[in-house]
Amino acid sequence: MSQQLSVKHLLGIKDLQIDDIRQIFATAANFKDVINRPIKKVPSLRDITVANLFFENSTRTRLSFELAEKRLSADIVNFSASSSSVSKGETLIDTVNNILAMKVDMVVMRHPKPGAAVFLSRHVNAKIINAGDGTHEHPTQALLDAFSIAEKLGELKGVRVVIIGDILHSRVALSNIFCLKKMGAEVMVCGPVTLIPRYIAELGVIVEHDLKKALDWCDVANVLRIQLERQDIRYFPSLREYVMLYGINREILDSLKKDILVMHPGPINRGVELSSDAADSRQSIILQQVENGVAVRMAVLYLLAGQVD
Amino acid sequence: MSSRLILNQKNFDITINRLCFELIENHDDFNDTVIIGLQPRGVNLSNRITKQLRQFLPGKTILSGNLDITFFRDDFRRRESVIVPSATQIDFIIENKKVILVDDVLYTGRTIRAALDALLAFGRPSKVELVVLIDRKFSRHLPIEPDYVGKAIDTIMSDKVKVTWNETDGKDEVWLFTAQKEE
Repeated sequence: MSQQLSVKHLLGIKDLQIDDIRQIFATAANFKDVINRPIKKVPSLRDITVANLFFENSTRTRLSFELAEKRLSADIVNFSASSSSVSKGETLIDTVNNILAMKVDMVVMRHPKPGAAVFLSRHVNAKIINAGDGTHEHPTQALLDAFSIAEKLGELKGVRVVIIGDILHSRVALSNIFCLKKMGAEVMVCGPVTLIPRYIAELGVIVEHDLKKALDWCDVANVLRIQLERQDIRYFPSLREYVMLYGINREILDSLKKDILVMHPGPINRGVELSSDAADSRQSIILQQVENGVAVRMAVLYLLAGQVD
Repeated sequence: MSSRLILNQKNFDITINRLCFELIENHDDFNDTVIIGLQPRGVNLSNRITKQLRQFLPGKTILSGNLDITFFRDDFRRRESVIVPSATQIDFIIENKKVILVDDVLYTGRTIRAALDALLAFGRPSKVELVVLIDRKFSRHLPIEPDYVGKAIDTIMSDKVKVTWNETDGKDEVWLFTAQKEE
């Protein structure tokens, strides 16, 4: 059996078909097996060069992509905005075309501007993987989140997932909504009125402002960080008030009728959206998410690289 | 396309039994030997051989596993579409063991090359042998030869060999399909 992804690049979950997501999950499961072997490496991408372009800070995503590429035997070059010609006034297309002139086949890019990956895919000749573009999408994070839920609960269809926190500035939230809805899960968003985009219900999600009600409803809580660096104005009176109304701790988890799964895309602000006793509890699958991240990214790289132009 | 039956149900059983006896001749009670079937089609044969060996050698532990070689193929990016991998399941250590690789049809030898590569991720075997049900002679791209052969046949490139299994296809048979020559 063989099947090609319906897309040439991974720019966002919105463009993916359900079968694409299924195929990525099936391949990721195989790679998860590979990375748990004593020798964690396969030679599939030995003739491919990947450039990791990070115009915005990242630890986890960047390490995860780098490990995924190395375990597929790809050659890699790393680039971060702080140490580049971007600060000298070079345009994005020029920067990338210069890198591609050195014979690079794939580009993994994180960029602070929404749509940067789509823009790049139209103007340069390489496969693009979006590793986060501003407040738009972060497709590999959504895939690894959905993969982790499916791994833990057996399926996604009918699973109730609540995404809690700064929905307005979160690319993780948007990609998660697209991915979970496509796979048949029910999705709720929860947070202060000011941090929930106005027309988000149009995407088929339920909006709830009461944390306790949201947690009572769900099977899985995906908790997001307050993205202070993206907030140009103050969206809530104080961090202390946010913690009191939307912080998840052991106490509130214990007050629920069932054990829900707690997820977080990282980095965690301990004591803000998630207390330590909730983040480190047995209900938390945060570290499994990180492990699955490498497998899912290997699957995406493998499936995209496998397309013959 | 004309087709010819090369192995019928009766000969199929006889062949598998003979392969088992040949294996027992060389590997005695399978103390230091493990059997690994290659995904996807070699697994049927390896399951059958393992089952038969367990009947011939009651009380002996015969370790067997499945190996998927998709990520080790040399035609990645040279095919129209990517191949969807199957599961690898090797729950034992192959370090210093004799490994018997099992596949249904040996043709170019490229699958076996990839399998030898994939095997390294599980340790360094003391010896690797190859069992195939059908050996398509004179069609090798690599210097690889089987140690145990169910049936050897002469074929040309345009021929196709199809092995069907009772478990998956309802019948144990091997068919040879030959493209019709134009007069």
